[in-house]
Amino acid sequence: MRAHFEAVAAEVQANLKGGEDFLANFRAEDSTFIRFNKSAVRQPGQVREAELAVDLIDGRRHAESSISLSGEIGEDRSRIARMVSDLRGVLGDVPEDPYLLVSDTVQPSTRQIGEAPPPPDEIIDAVIQAGSGRDLVGFVAGGPVWTGFANGRGQRNWDEATSFNADWSFYAGGDKAVKTGYAGFAWDRRAFARIAADAAGRLEALTRPPRTIPPGEYRAFLTPAALNEIMAMLVWGGFGLNAHRTRATIFLRMIEGGARLDERVTLTEATAEGAAPSFQREGFVKPPSVTLIDRGAYRDCLVSPRSAAEYGAVTNGASRGETPASLSMAAGELPEADGLKALGTGVYVSNLWYLNFSDRSAGRLTGMTRFATFWVENGEIVAPLNVMRFDDTIYRMLGTSLEALTAERQLLLDPGTYDGRNLDSVHLPGALLSALRFTL
Amino acid sequence: MFDDIERRFRALAPAVESCTLRIERRREERLEVERDTPGPRRAGESFGGMVTVRHRGGLGYAATSDLSETGLAAAIGRAVDLAALSAQRMVPGFPEPAPLTAEAAYFGPEQRPWAEIRLGDRMAMLMDASRRLRIDERIADWGASFWSIDKEQLFLDAAGGRIAQRFHYLMPFLWASASAQGETQRRSFGDAGMRVGGAEVLDQLDFAAAPDRIARDAIDLLEAPNCPEGRMDLVLSPDQMVLQIHESIGHPLELDRILGDERNYAGTSFVTPDMFGTYRYGSELLNITFDPTVAQEVASYAYDDEGSEATREYLIRDGILMRPLGGATSQARAGLGGVANERACSWNRPPIDRMSNINLEPGEGTLADLVGRVERGVYMESNRSWSIDDSRNKFQFGCEYAREIKDGRLGRVLRNPNYRGISAEFWRSLKGVGGRETWEVAGTPYCGKGEPNQAIKVGHATPPCLFGAVDVFGGH
Repeated sequence: MRAHFEAVAAEVQANLKGGEDFLANFRAEDSTFIRFNKSAVRQPGQVREAELAVDLIDGRRHAESSISLSGEIGEDRSRIARMVSDLRGVLGDVPEDPYLLVSDTVQPSTRQIGEAPPPPDEIIDAVIQAGSGRDLVGFVAGGPVWTGFANGRGQRNWDEATSFNADWSFYAGGDKAVKTGYAGFAWDRRAFARIAADAAGRLEALTRPPRTIPPGEYRAFLTPAALNEIMAMLVWGGFGLNAHRTRATIFLRMIEGGARLDERVTLTEATAEGAAPSFQREGFVKPPSVTLIDRGAYRDCLVSPRSAAEYGAVTNGASRGETPASLSMAAGELPEADGLKALGTGVYVSNLWYLNFSDRSAGRLTGMTRFATFWVENGEIVAPLNVMRFDDTIYRMLGTSLEALTAERQLLLDPGTYDGRNLDSVHLPGALLSALRFTL
Repeated sequence: MFDDIERRFRALAPAVESCTLRIERRREERLEVERDTPGPRRAGESFGGMVTVRHRGGLGYAATSDLSETGLAAAIGRAVDLAALSAQRMVPGFPEPAPLTAEAAYFGPEQRPWAEIRLGDRMAMLMDASRRLRIDERIADWGASFWSIDKEQLFLDAAGGRIAQRFHYLMPFLWASASAQGETQRRSFGDAGMRVGGAEVLDQLDFAAAPDRIARDAIDLLEAPNCPEGRMDLVLSPDQMVLQIHESIGHPLELDRILGDERNYAGTSFVTPDMFGTYRYGSELLNITFDPTVAQEVASYAYDDEGSEATREYLIRDGILMRPLGGATSQARAGLGGVANERACSWNRPPIDRMSNINLEPGEGTLADLVGRVERGVYMESNRSWSIDDSRNKFQFGCEYAREIKDGRLGRVLRNPNYRGISAEFWRSLKGVGGRETWEVAGTPYCGKGEPNQAIKVGHATPPCLFGAVDVFGGH
């Protein structure tokens, strides 16, 4: 695939005229997707696709277009020639862009990680075996994802990540389930079986009669998966320079009102720890890490090239959306094994779901518990809880109500596949809260 | 080009019980002016096909962006292999294939082709809108955008069936955020404003008048008091009803959720198969249709992506639950009726049960008539926050803009309006449904679901509605 990328990049270069320049972003994947329900196959499939996006630049005028590539170089040369010609035809109709900023330093890179996942029949066998006698529903995705960047200065960046992501739930009945996952870069049949057996072993607690608690404030323990849902809301326009300058960020009270989170909260865009490529669409290479929140105080923003040009800042290689791809939270000191004991009496939240803002300026979020949430008394699980809605602010959850973060962290690879297989990840501890406000 | 691919497919079709090919070419253009500065024009063309094979109880799909003879043959081979692997291991009740032999064509309306408006003129419209948005120094962010999509589809069944469909969608969008003293209020236009059509969509939505209104609203919101808290009557505008219908009727009625397919991702449903035909979902004023015949609505089509013919059906009639949102596959698995709603967001994703156009049928009267019936309550417009449990029951929704209602009249502007409830109870509190003249067509491209994930376009048409005794609250 790399040879094809090099060939299409050369073809873009060959189609330039006069003083034209270009940015080219290549993405391809060869993915196996197998969906399961009731411990049986629902939809098995494979998707092979490749796409090339070209930003044609002439002075400060530029326009971007993307095409599907066939993988056959003769056909793709024709498509590229047509695309570049069409873009040239558009340039006369677009105004100069004062915020165009591209990398003028050539920073080539190459990364290749992972090994081929097992063939579909082996995956189907393993999942059906794990689900035997149980109600398993879920999804396995695997295969290579290729990402490439090229520009007119000869910069070439190449990333080949072959990964898998098995994401499934064992249902105990109704809406009660143990959700778990196994993701990585080298499938180990025994590791999958071990994780599946461990998850199945946790089903028993969900078979007890469920409880419903009245709305109010309760002590709560959030697993890393649950905390990840809160982080996803902070990521949604929270850390970008543009969101800060336009006052759209959820951290508005921190940047304008002097509010702080607990001093144990340190958040980093840790590119070096994550699975996502280290380069971005304008050719900038990301630093190994950017500290976003340092011991409870807001520190640095993610700055895309466009924001850098608009606001007179220096880019740190952020994506156009200025969202973290490898968010990392510093660990705390509470041993994970002591989580229930430290909780004492309260709510143990394995998963949260469908969060949104109740009042973004005030940092207030709402969302639901999902899959497995338990009522705990004196450090012992008593019963599963029926789903509850929480509605609380980040200044309480990650501030005045934060009692502890766990010493162990989990690296969670994003199972998302909306615009192709996602390579984002988070690295998070669990969190113990002295109070979480439930409303419904 | 499609003709060449069709010939290849028919020549290559394997000896299996069913083999189909769905080809799609989607051309898009996004134009944006942000804070009076034009962004780069972004265009794209996605082109590929999906082969689906059903044989001896198994299923396999293979999508490819290589539709040459070699590429198509390889995709067919992979689909055949996967169908063989999954035979005898598919979910219970997976149906035998039903070969399609019909030929049909459907083209959505585009009265004033978008492509005939010069790029410079399209940008000029956005620049004009953007410049009218910053009416005050407290407007901290503002902008305007157009997203246009031209989609051509050809569905082929090796048994002879051939369905050609083409649509042009347009989504104009505006936003203005006002900020001062640690508070930011955003007002937008067009968040649920995607429609089938060309430049006429701008007139249908009154795009030209929108910038002045939303800029003024943003400033008004900044100066407004918080929404009060309490149980009270609630009037929802059509652009919030869209979200209410989508989340608490559309999703729970999806038959694949009821069958459990989505339990690991998008969720399950509080609706169970035994409820159809008897369950009181809402008051007698509630009438919900699956309607693929409203031409300008984004999910109007003649056939779904598995080749089932689409017809208008009642899902809820006079408040009683009648029929789920399930395509032919789910209908067979569940032993229930359904609709033609097996849809895929693109050529590289398999069809699953989706909402299409899910509409609330009009009642009688104007918005003023609805407000006039309220002694104490709130009127809310334009969704800004949505959250609901995985069974689609406990919800909390927030809006951009609200007005107090006192003694049957709209009063002061209120900010940070939210309300919460439980789907199974909420629709029974429906007290008033606006008439045909208040019925508005809306559409969104952002309905997410499925593994692999798919964001698809869905339409909702609805009048404003009045609900009694709703739990309303504000921000902070």
